[in-house]
Amino acid sequence: MNLDAAQAVMRSSPLTGVFVTLLAYKLAVLFNRRCKGHPLSNPVLIGVLLVLGWLLLTGTGYRDYMKGAQMIQMLLGPATVALAVPLYSNLSRLKRAAGPLAICIVLGSFTGIVSAVGVGWLLDLPHQVLLSLTTRAVTTPIAMSVSQGVGGIPELSAMFVILSGIFGAVIVKPLFSVLGLADDMVLGTATGLSAHGIGTARVFQLSEVAGAFSGLAMGLNGLLTAILVPLLAPLLH
Amino acid sequence: MFIMIETLLWLVGYQLAGELISRTFSLPLPGPVLGMLLLFLTLVARKSIPDSLRLNVPRFLSHLSLLFIPAGAAVLAYRDVLAGFGWQLLVVLSASTVLTLLLPGVLLKLLLARRHHKEQA
Repeated sequence: MNLDAAQAVMRSSPLTGVFVTLLAYKLAVLFNRRCKGHPLSNPVLIGVLLVLGWLLLTGTGYRDYMKGAQMIQMLLGPATVALAVPLYSNLSRLKRAAGPLAICIVLGSFTGIVSAVGVGWLLDLPHQVLLSLTTRAVTTPIAMSVSQGVGGIPELSAMFVILSGIFGAVIVKPLFSVLGLADDMVLGTATGLSAHGIGTARVFQLSEVAGAFSGLAMGLNGLLTAILVPLLAPLLH
Repeated sequence: MFIMIETLLWLVGYQLAGELISRTFSLPLPGPVLGMLLLFLTLVARKSIPDSLRLNVPRFLSHLSLLFIPAGAAVLAYRDVLAGFGWQLLVVLSASTVLTLLLPGVLLKLLLARRHHKEQA
């Protein structure tokens, strides 16, 4: 028996990261069903907490974990492309509401940038953190490259994106139910604007229509933010 | 099994095309987002969804949450930086997320209601 070798495999094999992520997700989905889909039992939130628990318990570093987990993360690319399919299924809805949607997506893009930087400025956060906040509302790859371009910290921007995505995914349904904004198209568009992919994953559980418009809003918001942030960032100086 | 391969060929192919175009012309859009727009235009042009995508994409997207778990676990690597700003970050992120949900949401609701009203009048 060679227990050291076994331990080394557990720690350094990419398989461990893949297995732990899949298991955490499976358990998170079962928990979510047990809770009858309660917003706080969000599978991303619970899944992340389970992985964090495992990492801390075994003393595994994030880098070691990512050796395997990045294979799962890599599927985000094809998944983003796949969002075109539900969008096409909603083509007639999209055409009918094209004008209002365009106006709201532009407004949402501005709101996403200005609200994060504005509140951060009121709270006296350092300049570089404010720059990293400009991309809070868009999907991670756009956030990281745009943030770097204007002098923010890409990793910090990625964290802001993920934390607000999880928060948005948890809050959107209760918030919109209280305010009577239950329409699938409205819910989906707002979610895509504010909570990008993690929000999109959440509203796909609610309806395909909401998911389709969330994916559209996420994509266009990413494009607008990539154009707007470099134009607006110099105003911060 | 073969239909799985066909699905992946579509999705990876469009992502790759997106990456190529994005890099070649230094566009501000990442490959996957551009790939999504290209695939959407293709579907509009061919006026139908290929069988493999129609069958597999909903199943794939129903597990979109899985793909965000690795990125979420990165808070472990950045916990010190994040803890350094503590409550301010919590306030900024939650306030901004709620505002960006509400303003466009309320406006879209109003615009759609006005249009609906006009159509009925």
